[in-house]
Amino acid sequence: MDQVKTMAEYAAANETPEVLFWIGCLGSFDQRAQKVTRAFVKILNHLNIKFAVLGSEESCTGDPAKRAGNEFVFQMLALQNIEVMNGYNVKKIVTTCPHCFNIIKNEYPSLGGNYEVMHHSVFLQQLINEGRIKVTDAAAFKGKKITYHDSCYLGRANNIYEAPRKVLEQLDAELVEMKSCRSKGLCCGAGGGQMFKEEENGKKRINIARTEEAIETGATIIATACPFCSTMMTDGVKAKDKQAEIKLFDIAELLAAGQGLEDIQI
Amino acid sequence: MVTYFQIVLFIVLVVIAAVIAYRGYYRVYKNIKLGKAEDLTDQPAVRLKNMLLVAFGQKKMFKYLTPAILHLMIYVGFVITQIELIEIFIDGFTGHHRIIYHAVENHPALLAIYVFAISFIEFLSIFVFVATVAFLTRRWIIKVPRLNMAEMIGWPKADATIILVAEIYLLTCIFSMNTADMAMHNGQYRFLISGMLMPIFDGWSYTAMHVVERLGWWGHMVGVLAFICYLPYSKHLHILLAFPNTYFAHLEPKGYIANMPAITKEIKLMMNPEAAPAVSDQAEEPVKFGAKDVFDLSWKNLLDAYACTECGRCTDNCPANMTGKKLSPRKVMMDTRDRLEEVGKKMAANNGIWQEDGKSLIGDDYITTEELRACTTCNACVEQCPVMISPLDIIIQLRRNLIMEESNAPAEWMGMFSNMENNGAPWQFGQQERLNWTKE
Repeated sequence: MDQVKTMAEYAAANETPEVLFWIGCLGSFDQRAQKVTRAFVKILNHLNIKFAVLGSEESCTGDPAKRAGNEFVFQMLALQNIEVMNGYNVKKIVTTCPHCFNIIKNEYPSLGGNYEVMHHSVFLQQLINEGRIKVTDAAAFKGKKITYHDSCYLGRANNIYEAPRKVLEQLDAELVEMKSCRSKGLCCGAGGGQMFKEEENGKKRINIARTEEAIETGATIIATACPFCSTMMTDGVKAKDKQAEIKLFDIAELLAAGQGLEDIQI
Repeated sequence: MVTYFQIVLFIVLVVIAAVIAYRGYYRVYKNIKLGKAEDLTDQPAVRLKNMLLVAFGQKKMFKYLTPAILHLMIYVGFVITQIELIEIFIDGFTGHHRIIYHAVENHPALLAIYVFAISFIEFLSIFVFVATVAFLTRRWIIKVPRLNMAEMIGWPKADATIILVAEIYLLTCIFSMNTADMAMHNGQYRFLISGMLMPIFDGWSYTAMHVVERLGWWGHMVGVLAFICYLPYSKHLHILLAFPNTYFAHLEPKGYIANMPAITKEIKLMMNPEAAPAVSDQAEEPVKFGAKDVFDLSWKNLLDAYACTECGRCTDNCPANMTGKKLSPRKVMMDTRDRLEEVGKKMAANNGIWQEDGKSLIGDDYITTEELRACTTCNACVEQCPVMISPLDIIIQLRRNLIMEESNAPAEWMGMFSNMENNGAPWQFGQQERLNWTKE
């Protein structure tokens, strides 16, 4: 694995990293999301970006608890995280999780946590705009159709619709949109603590409804920018028995593959 | 004699209507004031812009093109018609007939403006008529699904129909009035549409036409007064409340959910017991977490409830509702308003004092736990609302009550909370394992 240094290690060496990579619970523990974490780290290291992680000092941001209605658990975690980050004098954060991004950006400030927070889609778009990311293997995507699934916490919650699409445009693939996209994008069903419990009774699961929209596009790659969405949509693809035809990747994985840093089966 | 009788009758009707309307609107105002205080007056320039674009400019309506165009026809027609209403009012108070016309009849330029204005109103009224019939067709014949869902059955659908029929009634009155008036005066006013309709009265006696003109005038007048009195009891109140509602809408990104300062205080105390608060804090009321009833919501949530016109775009786009769950953001708004109305009525009957009635906004009578549980906080409802209502804001506050006051959570959530509290993750992984992904 590539080199990963913690905030504590930087501090011990009396050094300051450029940016803190906030990994989040899925990125840390979920096997599928761990791959995204590693792909993003490969990009960072490839570009010689000095980044740090909090490692064992990182906790859940409190998002699922807050949105389920448990403000106590949320604030306990938030205040702990803020204490840790302020202790390291953190200024800039990047994260691959829109839920972590949203809550640190919007809800941590009034609790004393003021940072410049970026979702990795925007972070990557900036690197592309600066000309720092060169896609070398774009041809591998030639003739492929990619459909991007908007994460609610990036899109409607924070008005980020174009950055992930700009990242995908670097690849030599055709971008197709689902029936509902951008501000009308259909939720994957995970937010608000839903991923951690059974759905209420109904006619269909939300992730199935969304996966059906993705299948309708005829795309063979579903691109996501959120580990919650990835989990839900992967389950959807399996439930529809389409895992042979349709693959799901995070934009970081696709971009890393485009740079020849990742070997993915597309 | 007849003129004086008409002036007196007019004034009496206006006074009666004013008293009824005052009661109706004041009731709504008082009910909204039952909510908690919340300061939403910062950044007036941004707020004004929101109001102009979204309420006045109907910007968000255009996410659904067909109803947006139909709605725009009625909206523009309605606003412009008020010009003629000014004259009707002055005539009513003074006993004149077309006072503005006679004031300008010797000034060709002003007269042209007057004739154009009335003709334009008539022209727009045709569109209003078409749109009204189209709306009735959508509700009753095509049966657009979102307009015929469970929560719309009964009064809500009747309310919508009353308003649409009232529109047609008002149009009929104004055209009867203008056309008969034109016919009586051999077309001297030169109004556009009533000029075309004039032949209807060929062969009528002057008296008969005068009766029709008066019926149209009075019918329109009484209709308008009744409409004003009816509004505060109808979903149609949105024509007024859309303006304050968009002005006072939250300006933060939609992903933002406000933190609860009372909890921050408690947790800071837990983390650092030495920083115990000064004595002054002890006089504070015990904190109630989240909202169980309308009193616990903010006044803006309650204004939202009254501003809702039950169009159902929120529910139409709700992923939970789309996939057959019970949650309907529109029903959340309607339940909030209906509960607030109930509370208001009970308080009015009890000298303004609230006595527990064994019910609350959360419960089988209004919003159920099952509905609240189904929300994914995806903001599709908030994004869609043409008047910037947030059903999500209410849902979160009700959820807080379920979790923090009632400890009412599904077992999986209970497990998740305790994992988050103990391991800092929603699963049973320890913080020491957070870097395991590096060991591939």
